Amino acid sequence: MQSVSPTAELPRTGRVLNYLNNGYTARSWLLSTDHKRVAILYLISVTLFFFAGGAAAVLFRLELMTPPGDLVQPETYNKLFTLHGIIMVFFFLIPSIPAVLGNFLVPLMIGARDLAFPRLNLLSWYVFIAGGTLTMYAALAGGVDTGWTFYTPYSSMFAKTHVTAAALGVFISGFSSILTGLNFIVTIHTMRAPGLHWFRLPLFIWSIYATSLIMVLGTPVIAVTILLVGIERIWRIGIFDPSLGGDPILFQHLFWFYSHPAVYIMILPGMGVISELITCFSRKRIFGYSFVAFASIAIAVLGFLVWGHHMFVSGQSMYAGMVFSFLSFFVAVPSAVKVFNWTATLYRGSILLQTPMLYAMGFIGLFTLGGLTGLFLATLAVDVHVHDTYFVVAHFHYIMVGGMVMAYLGGIHFWWPKMTGRMYPEWWGRLSALIIFVGFNLTFFPQFILGYVGMPRRYYAYPDEFQVLNVMSSAGASILGAGYLIPLGYLLWSLKYGKLVGENPWGASGLEWQTSSPPPTENFSTTPQVTQPAYTYPHTEELLLG
Amino acid sequence: MPQHILPVSTYLLIFAALLALLLATVGAQYIELGPYNILLALTIAIFKAVLVVLYFMHVRFSSRLTWIFASAAFLWLGILLTFVMADYLMR
Amino acid sequence: MADTLVAHQFDDMDQQRDAASLGMWIFLATEVMFFGGLFAAYAVYRWSYPAAFAEASHQLNALLGAANTAVLLTSSLCMALAVHAAQTGSRRRLMLFLALTMILGSLFLVIKGYEWSHEIHLGLLPGATFTYVSPSPAFSATQVEMYFMLYFLMTGVHGFHMIIGLCLLMYLMVQAFRKRFTPDYFAPVEVIGLYWHFVDVVWIFLFPLLYLIGSK
Repeated sequence: MQSVSPTAELPRTGRVLNYLNNGYTARSWLLSTDHKRVAILYLISVTLFFFAGGAAAVLFRLELMTPPGDLVQPETYNKLFTLHGIIMVFFFLIPSIPAVLGNFLVPLMIGARDLAFPRLNLLSWYVFIAGGTLTMYAALAGGVDTGWTFYTPYSSMFAKTHVTAAALGVFISGFSSILTGLNFIVTIHTMRAPGLHWFRLPLFIWSIYATSLIMVLGTPVIAVTILLVGIERIWRIGIFDPSLGGDPILFQHLFWFYSHPAVYIMILPGMGVISELITCFSRKRIFGYSFVAFASIAIAVLGFLVWGHHMFVSGQSMYAGMVFSFLSFFVAVPSAVKVFNWTATLYRGSILLQTPMLYAMGFIGLFTLGGLTGLFLATLAVDVHVHDTYFVVAHFHYIMVGGMVMAYLGGIHFWWPKMTGRMYPEWWGRLSALIIFVGFNLTFFPQFILGYVGMPRRYYAYPDEFQVLNVMSSAGASILGAGYLIPLGYLLWSLKYGKLVGENPWGASGLEWQTSSPPPTENFSTTPQVTQPAYTYPHTEELLLG
Repeated sequence: MPQHILPVSTYLLIFAALLALLLATVGAQYIELGPYNILLALTIAIFKAVLVVLYFMHVRFSSRLTWIFASAAFLWLGILLTFVMADYLMR
Repeated sequence: MADTLVAHQFDDMDQQRDAASLGMWIFLATEVMFFGGLFAAYAVYRWSYPAAFAEASHQLNALLGAANTAVLLTSSLCMALAVHAAQTGSRRRLMLFLALTMILGSLFLVIKGYEWSHEIHLGLLPGATFTYVSPSPAFSATQVEMYFMLYFLMTGVHGFHMIIGLCLLMYLMVQAFRKRFTPDYFAPVEVIGLYWHFVDVVWIFLFPLLYLIGSK
């Protein structure tokens, strides 16, 4: 494909050539190695998975409106929460920001024409789809009931559901993760534009880099673990089964070695987005750039040293528990550093309350709450009481939904004009953000209380005295669900009717804002030369307000 | 990337060293060290691996970045093995 | 002209080569962690069942294992010499050493296959066909079965990686035959060489851990 300047025109219509209109056939999309098109392919896929996982949640939140189990069979209930977990973790949270926003933005932000390995990128999407299809097959053929954590020996020896298919689906999708991470690391190391040394990079790039490190170092371990579970299941060979000399705790060690860092795969890109949003909408440089950058790396590294905090009551040695608890307190520090720095950036900034900023501010508050409750869980004695209760469920949803999903939505709104050339309707955006914030808190805050007073997780029935809180939670979930559907509506609407935008509607810093919206296939007409730091606020450019 | 071309003689020398270490590996079995046999066997294996990595895989003459990634891989393996075994050893 | 071999996303050959090399090293890091999970399982069970593991290890043919180790080390030498041939522009020597590497790699797999068939014949394959009975109260057949599960799995995964390596080498042979490599462009040889050496390094650890448990 030849390089085209942003003003080159299509022969017949006279419209400007960009990555979206550079070929309309299905083939040109499904065989495209253009990182921006691959990002859009991922966007469509993860959105579908998000709503699939959400549908499962709707069903079990309905069940939980009443104390007895009266909507679905207990086995069905188990399948619902399992599917919700598997789909949301492996097919939404892990790929979302890296594969959608990362794929789209990394080359743009560093001034490159594409990622280092464009064909590998396209392959990663196909691998992702293959894994997802297999998992959805498992769901439709009868489901899985082990919980997303696949604990042995139930998953390997006793479960009569489609464990192997679902596990294989996850195994395959793991390779998508590895390929994506590999691509990002190589790209960031070798393809930065002239003048763009590490400490001039946007913090989003630092976050993506740290995330990629975790992806490549952690994912292979869960891959081999799933393989072992599959072998035990298919050939009835004892690896984790105690009656055959195996140790179920070994499974938990291997599983959590990946799955704990996986939660940092999920949150780090979100944090990267927040850094971009906070700076743009405070018109201010980030406070303590290098601290935030190093904090990302610290989270990635320390995140590998704490997995045993999921196993305090499993039979792990008490001394190992103490070590993991101690280290878990440590890993909270770099996250806190980021929160302080974002807050300091806001201080005395010129705050603009556009939709992305609403999401960013929601993130800061909700992530902080979720993170603090993580410290309660890291405390051995407290964890004995709240492990496997709704307290844990609330903790991780505060971070994943209150944090990650809000960061994702904030990022989608912020870069929507760049990706599509059109602006979304701002008032609808703000309204949805508000609805989501209210719905979210109503759904999950009661769950902290429920967990504290003893309601176990993954139970489909509960004592009568827990009903009020459960009803609040389910009511919140319906508001949250509505809140998520509204952006789906107006974002799609904006594709045809949204206001057309120029290169930099937000007046933001960053190389991606110095090319057309949408960008041409080759990203830049000439390779940018970088001479300035990452955040050059305050700008003299006008902010285009809707 | 290797602007640096290693002479054939170097490869042959390293190969000879590897074979010698292989003999040592087999021979080490006959030394009675009780539970420390595995330590000896692993030490020799590590020597072999280091030779392959440094010379056959050119890490000795590669960029610092390559060196960092090669080391990081084994460091992470170390984290996995150390923390898992620590649990079992401390029960 | 070497420039035409530079992919569109790269600025020049150097950048492309650096990217390819770094990409392979990262991939090898993922492989270290993949095998690492198996090594962790091995460590846990060897520590738990020392007597069973020692006894089970003695069922293997250490001589064949050592021979196989020598075969792989030699194949690594040949691979390194193949890269050297590519660096110095000698197409004939490149193809010779690639062929030798492939022959030795195949020999490794043949020996391994022979070992496996012998062990399966002895009833040591875990699962329905496992027939080992423990002669001593110090350990149980189940524990020995655990050892063999790890043995077959680790050597199996290793062998699978070797087969992939052989396919990659075949690809290199074809490319070399088509005169695709010059002293300026031979990154695929280098990068696949890294993969081959890695598979060798895994075996360097597998051999003592599987074949030489306990002293004689």
